[in-house]
Amino acid sequence: MRSDRGQSAPLGLKIAAACGLLFLHLPILLIFVYAFTTEEKSFVWPPPGLTTQWFAVTWNRPDVWEALSLSIRVAAISTAIALVLGTLCAAAVSQTRFFGRETISLLVILPIALPGIITGIALRSAFALADIPFSFWTIVLGHATFCVVVVYNNAVARFRRTSGSMIEASMDLGADGFQTFRHVVLPNIATALLAGGMLAFALSFDEVIVTTFTAGQQQTVPIWMLEELIRPRQRPVTNVVAMVVVLVTLLPILLAYYLTRDGDQIAGSGK
Amino acid sequence: MTSAVSFKQVSRHFGSVRAVDAVDLEIVPGEFFAMLGPSGSGKTTCLRLIAGFEQPTSGSISIFGERAGGVPPYRRNVNTVFQDYALFPHLNVLDNVAYGLMVKGVGKAERLKAAEEALSMVRLPGYGARRPGQLSGGQRQRVALARALVNQPKVLLLDEPLGALDLKLRENMQEELKSLQKVLGITFVFVTHDQGEALSMADRVAVFNDGRIMQVGTPEDIYQRPKTRFVADFVGSSNVLPPDFVQRYSGQHRWGSLRPESIRVSGATSGDGVAARLVGTNYLGATTRLALDVDGLRLHAMVPAGTALPAEGEAVTLTFNREHLHLMDEPA
Repeated sequence: MRSDRGQSAPLGLKIAAACGLLFLHLPILLIFVYAFTTEEKSFVWPPPGLTTQWFAVTWNRPDVWEALSLSIRVAAISTAIALVLGTLCAAAVSQTRFFGRETISLLVILPIALPGIITGIALRSAFALADIPFSFWTIVLGHATFCVVVVYNNAVARFRRTSGSMIEASMDLGADGFQTFRHVVLPNIATALLAGGMLAFALSFDEVIVTTFTAGQQQTVPIWMLEELIRPRQRPVTNVVAMVVVLVTLLPILLAYYLTRDGDQIAGSGK
Repeated sequence: MTSAVSFKQVSRHFGSVRAVDAVDLEIVPGEFFAMLGPSGSGKTTCLRLIAGFEQPTSGSISIFGERAGGVPPYRRNVNTVFQDYALFPHLNVLDNVAYGLMVKGVGKAERLKAAEEALSMVRLPGYGARRPGQLSGGQRQRVALARALVNQPKVLLLDEPLGALDLKLRENMQEELKSLQKVLGITFVFVTHDQGEALSMADRVAVFNDGRIMQVGTPEDIYQRPKTRFVADFVGSSNVLPPDFVQRYSGQHRWGSLRPESIRVSGATSGDGVAARLVGTNYLGATTRLALDVDGLRLHAMVPAGTALPAEGEAVTLTFNREHLHLMDEPA
């Protein structure tokens, strides 16, 4: 999409692009500003005064810590499950031919194409039917359904670019299945897995809909925020947490982007 | 003496496709053996059967007297040079070559020393620190060779290893492979579709077609005394002569083969010889290939460059030494 000729875009286009970017990102900046406001009951523009006291208040609120810790644990475990299942599935689909391969590929991707509310309702009724009480693990299961997709997509793309005869070469040189996976397959898909895992983590961290349907009394960070907006006290605490969430999700996504961008030299076959 | 590789009635079927069909084969230890055939003739499947990537549907394979049935590739003392080289892009050249020793648990210092020696053997000393992506095709080929040889295999399998190289490089590699094989004394099994390559390098050649071996023999045998029309045609594009034609010159009603270089062409329409018409000439550099028409039968002749030639469409006379007319076993 890059212009090769180095020509400058027309002024009108530049202004339109700038407006588009501002429209997308000004509201986020606004949230950051409100984290420093002195007014705690409602959001008033311009802020009547600036303070950093809300950072201290947030630090001392146990409910914030509980929500954050739950979110991080859920995201970490869902990502771990997704890494194992997604990689295995991608390996099966890209390395072998079997009946129904395309169907499996589609079924794996489906949870992310379906609206979250459908996944949520489906899981909730399934848990109810199986008499599974809502717990930490039901949230993890719910999140794993879409985390698998992200890992699978990344891994399957990398597998396709990896020369199949490399695995045969490794076996030919005396490596059994485990050694081949450890010394040849894993190093070649590692960055794809890291990228997929980070995206999965970020997706899980800010997931609302599936969580509402699969959580019991626990509150993940996004759910806690929704509840908090209804309460008229200490509003800027929400904004402080929002800033943290933006940083926690943005950094892995940026990192994932850079890792997969440079992936060519790692995954390119020996041709 | 036990054979290096022995096939007894080996078949490999993929669904209804008989990739390898009841093949018997004995490869002698220390020989340079070529499997020659068009694509889809089963030669590569045979190689993969020896390597262990495929298991025979029926029949048995043994490698130096040991039954190979059910033995996975990583427990066979056989190594392969792959067509696309299959070097590991995440490892440098030295670690690529040392890979086989590494998975066998050989200590780091020892395996790197062995890898360095293997690289010198293929004339790439000091290339160890590079990545495979930084090498040319010919260099990658040598690394793949070193990576296989460092394991001291009993049999080295080469799957069209020269296919991706340009002509000059290919000729150099042919000579090098041949001398390397002589020095090491390892059995080389070489798959190729290039008959020139098979004839120039191999001690013995097996010609494959449709999953079967048509003929096994020395390059001279295969070239001079083809047993079937397929072999005559595929190896060196010999003229395949129908039984009626052959009967006139040999008295026997059999299929015959006459090499293009055995035919002499003269412009004069003298009484002796075969009357023909010149329908085309193909300049090939050292030689010129002539297309000839003998009463509807298309023949080719090869004459040295610079030979005075009649114009296309003119009548010519063909002569050949009767001894050069080879009678084939194939029933008429």
